[in-house]
Amino acid sequence: MYDFAYHKPASVADAVKILAADPEARPISGGMTLLPALKLRLNRPSAVVDLSGIAELRGVTRKGDTLVIGALTKHYEVATSAEVKAAIPALAAMAHTIGDTQVRNRGTMGGSVANNDPSADYPAALLALGATIETDKRQLPADEFFNGMFTTALEVGELVTAIHIPIPEKAGYAKMRNPASRYAMAGVFVAKTAAGVRVAVNGAGANGVFREKAMEAALAANWSADAVAGIKVDPSLLNGDIHGSAEYRAHLVTVMAKRAVVDAG
Amino acid sequence: MPQVTLTVNGTKHTVEVEARTLLVEALRETLRLTGTHVGCDTSQCGACVVHMGGDSVKSCTILAVQCEGSDITTIEGLAAADGTLHPMQEAFREYHALQCGFCTPGMVMSAIDLVNKHPDGMTEQQIREGLEGNLCRCTGYHNIVKAIAAAQDVMHGRVSELARAAAE
Repeated sequence: MYDFAYHKPASVADAVKILAADPEARPISGGMTLLPALKLRLNRPSAVVDLSGIAELRGVTRKGDTLVIGALTKHYEVATSAEVKAAIPALAAMAHTIGDTQVRNRGTMGGSVANNDPSADYPAALLALGATIETDKRQLPADEFFNGMFTTALEVGELVTAIHIPIPEKAGYAKMRNPASRYAMAGVFVAKTAAGVRVAVNGAGANGVFREKAMEAALAANWSADAVAGIKVDPSLLNGDIHGSAEYRAHLVTVMAKRAVVDAG
Repeated sequence: MPQVTLTVNGTKHTVEVEARTLLVEALRETLRLTGTHVGCDTSQCGACVVHMGGDSVKSCTILAVQCEGSDITTIEGLAAADGTLHPMQEAFREYHALQCGFCTPGMVMSAIDLVNKHPDGMTEQQIREGLEGNLCRCTGYHNIVKAIAAAQDVMHGRVSELARAAAE
């Protein structure tokens, strides 16, 4: 790992100021993705801006029909939060399957969302639940925030501060994990929300997380596993690699969608 | 050079580090606490697990500077001053929950955090899932799981299978 300067601001305003002054600086929250990338010298920031001292970015609150989760809330905290378990049990259950115990003790929702790893779990949940991502500058619907593999609408130096999630009528998630890495080969999050049925797929897309509109229409007409059983995603839109061909992933997406509907109940 | 102050096994240390110094490097190379191992250095194997504020974390994937002001416990901090082993260490000994021993410090630290976070006890399946972040290349998981199942009774003050086994 190359060396860098280290800053630990106490407020979002201070963090943004440091990041604005130095476009080569990178924010760090849990560091579960950034630190391995730095070790591999895939990234060479001039400075690392540690957000962990910003208390205002932590915690889960319910505001009416919306769950607001601070960007620095750890996966373990989401998985065990009484608020999350009561409002969106599928989200708490999903958080419990991210990485391993030690990753869940460090990794944060904001970090995962800002990174938008194609195999990450949260992007599928937020896209399917129609969440809004709040940054230090603006509020962005998940549909506009996730822009393809490892790409988001975030500008350089812009920080995710909170996630606003409308509480759905029901929601479910299922993923097929790579047996070695445990990352999702294909995952499907289904949600029946006030704004309609939404289905998001992670792990499988050639360009990151995406919505599966044919499944949404089928589930809106008939909320059952049978409704999606005959729907195949076009393999040309999916990722094929040594872990599985695009055709195999297309098969998995259908199976995971069925399981997610069963999970949602 | 940045300075970091952290409490390790109850003793406060202020050490000079580079910003890029990992917690495990500060523990092993600066404080000479070599019980914490580096297996993969890619946050997968769990040999480097220590407790930070009571939570198990992989010390190869945390910067030392991120630990400013925190309370760290390593494998060296578990036994009592008179050498009496922690119930988890005693259970690993009793159940022969190690072969080569390289993964053991991380296994023990992860196991203690798991037990602390499950006051109602864990099933065998929960223990196995909870150890997802710790790899044993001797594949000696079976006795590790048995040891944790026994130690959780002792740690939670229940009738101890471990004590019974030791008495027999």
